[in-house]
Amino acid sequence: MRRRRAAAGALGLTAAVVLAGCGGQDGPPTLTWYTNPDAGGQAVIAQRCTEEADGAYRIEVSNLPREASEQRQQLARRLAAEDSSIDLMSLDPPFIPEFANAGFLAEIPADMAERVSEDVVAGALAGATWEDELVTVPFWANTQLLWYRESVVEEAGLDLDEPVTWDQLIEVVEEQDLVLGVQGTKAESMTVWINALVASAGGTIVENPEAPTDEITLGLDSEAGQEAARIMGEIGGGGLGGPGLPTADENANLSVFQGDRASFMVNWPFVWTATVDAVDAGTLDAEVLEDIGWAMYPQVVEGEESRPPYGGINIGVGAFSEHTDLALEAAECIATPENQAEYFATNGNPPASTAAYDDPQVQDAFPMADLIRESLEQAEPRPQTPFYNEVSTGLQETWYPASAVDPGSTPASSAEFITAVLRGERLL
Amino acid sequence: MSTQITPAAGGRTPRAAAEQEEAEVRRGHEAERSDRTRAEARLGWYLAGPAFVVMLAVTAYPILQATYDSLFRFKLTAQDEREFIGLGNYSMILTDPVFWSSMLVTVFITVVTVLVELVLGFALALVMHRAVRQLRGLLRTAILVPYGIITVVSAFAWFYAFDISSGFVNSWFDWVPGIDENLNWFAETGPSLFVIMASEIWKTTPFISLLLLAGLAQVPSDLEEAAEVDGATWWQRLKRVVIPNMKAAIMVAVLFRALDAFRIFDNVFIMTGGANNTQVLSLLAYDQSISRLEIGLGSAISVLLFVCVIAICFAAIKLFKVDLAGARGES
Repeated sequence: MRRRRAAAGALGLTAAVVLAGCGGQDGPPTLTWYTNPDAGGQAVIAQRCTEEADGAYRIEVSNLPREASEQRQQLARRLAAEDSSIDLMSLDPPFIPEFANAGFLAEIPADMAERVSEDVVAGALAGATWEDELVTVPFWANTQLLWYRESVVEEAGLDLDEPVTWDQLIEVVEEQDLVLGVQGTKAESMTVWINALVASAGGTIVENPEAPTDEITLGLDSEAGQEAARIMGEIGGGGLGGPGLPTADENANLSVFQGDRASFMVNWPFVWTATVDAVDAGTLDAEVLEDIGWAMYPQVVEGEESRPPYGGINIGVGAFSEHTDLALEAAECIATPENQAEYFATNGNPPASTAAYDDPQVQDAFPMADLIRESLEQAEPRPQTPFYNEVSTGLQETWYPASAVDPGSTPASSAEFITAVLRGERLL
Repeated sequence: MSTQITPAAGGRTPRAAAEQEEAEVRRGHEAERSDRTRAEARLGWYLAGPAFVVMLAVTAYPILQATYDSLFRFKLTAQDEREFIGLGNYSMILTDPVFWSSMLVTVFITVVTVLVELVLGFALALVMHRAVRQLRGLLRTAILVPYGIITVVSAFAWFYAFDISSGFVNSWFDWVPGIDENLNWFAETGPSLFVIMASEIWKTTPFISLLLLAGLAQVPSDLEEAAEVDGATWWQRLKRVVIPNMKAAIMVAVLFRALDAFRIFDNVFIMTGGANNTQVLSLLAYDQSISRLEIGLGSAISVLLFVCVIAICFAAIKLFKVDLAGARGES
């Protein structure tokens, strides 16, 4: 008798637990959006789209690691195991071909693709596409500008209204014994620099990015590759990047640029918000802010348009999500030009949509907004191949440190090494 | 159990009967003891069994799975193209200069850190052993603090201390020849390895000193007193009495630390990420499996790393005759 009662009790308890579990499922389905860490802007957008959905779905934000490469690792490992909890993800463009090729991304219907690619800057559209199909929704697009100290430029008598070349910058820095801000650390940021140099010299790192791994050919061992290596070697070998060059990432560049030996720096627009914030917080002299100017990314070949770096974040929809249709809807809501404009103004990340640049709050927060849009139109994405990780890490292995880069040997040995890695003949 | 004398015994001489009785009794005891041993063994299994099963699940299974995976060309993003290539991964790895330079760096870090830690750890163990009773608790806590810090955290602390833009080491130690504000510790192999190893030594010397302290406590104090009475100097006592008596503890400490140091990952990952020829084997395995998602290649390196660790164990136990039971005071 007692046993039966205990059994009934246990049953009741189980039922209660099960019901409680179901209780959580009541209401709209929850979409999980894996975001790169930011200043909270994506969480605000998630909240807004949840409200706009009016009960159709709820978006919850989940943070990914800080480094883009680690974001890729986490997402790829989960998606390889067909994780259904990944509904939406903020993706760094270089990894999109790998994800698309592996079937990790849900297909975007043609009508939606047309809507979300309207008015999108060229670089961002290219970065969101794989094998001629839009596979992600462009959200925000990033590009690097040339930031300079007015005082240095004035002393050198340089006219920054006209495009400048790397050689001109090198000359000024050498003459005035200053430090040039470039990314020389052995990381993704260095690949960004190499890609911009090679592209600005008229070359491409990977000639046939959509080819299978053993047929990929590299365009490094070319005049463009050698020209890129010459500039990098001159900056590294001449100590123009300062003693911190071998470990310099974008943040290290910024702190040097705010210091006494600052001259020029190529960097993303976040440096502007960071500097304004530092002045507001009283940790930086307002004179520094007033001394800062901006221009188009430097040219490699005089008279030939430069190809600035392209970055940013696109929204991908997980192929194994249980609510792909809702997630696609949500992705469209996230990436509206209004949301992009506000995200730029509050978080400092430039919109992918050209329409968003006309927003008054954008023009207010970023006096260089028009230049950013122009730079995005000119920007060159990093090699769009499913084997991007191998190419990028291979470049870092062979072009590091910058002081050892030699135009005569580095491009050739680099191409040889990366090809061997892609064919499975070398470790990375 | 039975100690009854059989009726047949009555016909024998009293002595034979007594002998037989004794034998019966002994046999009975034996039966009793083996019953008890069996029960103990069973209890042992009950206690250790779950842990053993868990060990099999979390250690043996992944090792076997990795060994199996290492025979394939297998990329996580192209799972359909998985292809059996036998020992292909191994032959590729073993002929690759990157593997051998990583091996060299790993061995170098292992040898240097273990040697330095052994000397420092022994000194600290002596200090802890001889400290006045009132100070002992405080001293042991102070010495153990670095060991209580998570390796990643200590790696970041050391990294930022030496970093050229945010570090304080360059300005504090600019009186040392070779150190000035323009020294970038993480730009070259030598200084990078120095910081990596210094951090490793700082972090794990307490562990080795704890093991050595246990060894010191096992040295019989009468031996030391006898040597002192005989007029042996402090150094002679240490060399002739203390160290020979704690050899087992020293070897166990060296073995444990060597195995640990050989698998170094965190410090290198955080500080240089393998730049400037500071690549170690664990990081190489990480790069292949986690960054490149090449499960086959990464597994093969992990298996090779495992083989190295087994070889170190084997060498220590066979060549140096480390008696693991001896360290527990059972021999």
